Amino acid sequence: MSLSVDITHPFGAFTLRVAFEAPGGITALFGRSGTGKTTVVNAVAGLLRPKAGRITISGEVLFDANKGISLPLYQRRLGYVFQDGRLFPHMSVRQNLTYGGRFAPKQSTGPGLDEVCDLLGLDALLERRPGALSGGEKQRVAIGRALLSRPRMLLMDEPLAALDSARKEEILPFLERLRDHTDVPMLYVSHSVSEVARLATSVVVLEDGKVARFGTAERVLSDPDMVRQIGVREAGAVLHATLARHHEDGLSELSVSGGRLFLPHTGMAIGATTRVRVLAKDVIVARGKPDGLSALNILPAEILALRGGTGPGVIVQMQCGKDRLLARITRRSADALALEPGVRVHAVIKSVSIARTDIGTG
Amino acid sequence: MSDWLGPQEWQAVALSLKVSLWATLISLPLGVLVAYALARGSFRGKQVLNGLVHLPLILPPVVTGYLLLLTFGRRGLIGGWLEETFGLVLAFRWTGAVLAAAIMAFPLMVRAIRLGIEAVDPKLEQAAATLGASRLWVFATITLPLILPGLITGAVLGFAKAMGEFGATITFVSNIPGQTQTLPSAVYTFLQVPGGEASALRLVGVSVGIAMAALLASELLARRAAKRVAGQ
Repeated sequence: MSLSVDITHPFGAFTLRVAFEAPGGITALFGRSGTGKTTVVNAVAGLLRPKAGRITISGEVLFDANKGISLPLYQRRLGYVFQDGRLFPHMSVRQNLTYGGRFAPKQSTGPGLDEVCDLLGLDALLERRPGALSGGEKQRVAIGRALLSRPRMLLMDEPLAALDSARKEEILPFLERLRDHTDVPMLYVSHSVSEVARLATSVVVLEDGKVARFGTAERVLSDPDMVRQIGVREAGAVLHATLARHHEDGLSELSVSGGRLFLPHTGMAIGATTRVRVLAKDVIVARGKPDGLSALNILPAEILALRGGTGPGVIVQMQCGKDRLLARITRRSADALALEPGVRVHAVIKSVSIARTDIGTG
Repeated sequence: MSDWLGPQEWQAVALSLKVSLWATLISLPLGVLVAYALARGSFRGKQVLNGLVHLPLILPPVVTGYLLLLTFGRRGLIGGWLEETFGLVLAFRWTGAVLAAAIMAFPLMVRAIRLGIEAVDPKLEQAAATLGASRLWVFATITLPLILPGLITGAVLGFAKAMGEFGATITFVSNIPGQTQTLPSAVYTFLQVPGGEASALRLVGVSVGIAMAALLASELLARRAAKRVAGQ
């Protein structure tokens, strides 16, 4: 199941020209507001007809400007989760959830009502009406409703943007479970790096209506050239880790390809695969192995690249086992330590600098 | 119970109820269609349609009645055709009273339903389409239930207007006791004959009673429907 998009459409002051192939998992469409993310999703959904181009899913044509093909909205079978939920107010949660099922082809397969309720924690809400739900609950129902229409793909347009951070944290684990336990691919629009870091398998970075970068989440997020789009305070790489053990002093020990990480207790099971986002501003680079340091995590690494901007800072990209890390240090330090590609260093990460929200599954 | 109204008065009340009920039932589906077109459609001649629908509200009822007589009379363009093809005669029959009442009530009905449709968020209909619902399904399962409050208001307004219709009716179908004499026509007749005030007054009482009952019922139904539509 893969989505292939290649479209051109006038968009404000410039022309949107976007081409990418979304593999399985969650493909994030990432970019600042006004870069054309929603236009792309709407074109895929059929809410907008691009001026030119072609959109196919698993080889089936959804849109082809040259051949004059544009499958109507209701025949595309793409579950759209809107930012504002859009639950049907005159129906109960159960009726909302089962609404799309009757239109799905008989032979289509996918999770059933029980499974979806389990996955999204909806059992207690079934007989309620949308008016009596909180924002987070509404969004969970909207996701379940889209999933139960047995879509070929889920489209999500900033599904968490209207929620406060506590509600976001409530929904993110559900989206992770969706990614890890169903085989429905997702196109996920977001301008939030932390969401992308938690969820995305691949990332399409949009800038002024063009694809600025496309690759796996690990590669895109650890790319020093992406720091400008992401912003220096938000920039950071994603490490893959396995939960090794919980310690009695409240720390969890995770093994990463380059060594061990000690983080505040995660609540995950031993053996669980996790992804940990390490912000570039929280990483210290040391030439020799430091001694007598309060920081618990010291990972050996090799410098891959250095990128300076106009300011006093430099972004250091490092290879750490199979993972990559970013560190933001001053140009003065980089010069003093004579950092350059190929130099072996140690990356120092304070345990407490990693927030619980930066640790996800997958 | 029948002894406090004379036979002619009963006939008028029964006929008016029958005429108004039919007028409401027949014009309701068409009213929804026209209201939908006016609220959501973008087509040439939308303003013309809008004007045409509202015309009976502004024209003197007697003019509407006379125009009906010209087109739907036995020698009228449509009236002649109806009689030839279906054997249906409207002029000077109770069926004609239904037509006159329906046309006079139509603008009020369309206005109420249109307001109801305009209050429905098109985004909800869009969401239903992304879930696989075709246009007809969207209308039946989303739009129609959501405009129910407007539909009820429109139907009651239409019914009340039909109950009170006088000018167009009396011009088109005259005022024949037992056949085309509706409640307002009967009140008018009783007021023309000496000693008819008592009968007229009783009919006025009935009229007020029916109007109040209809309003209360609609208020109750609309409130219940509105609560449902609000998602509570």
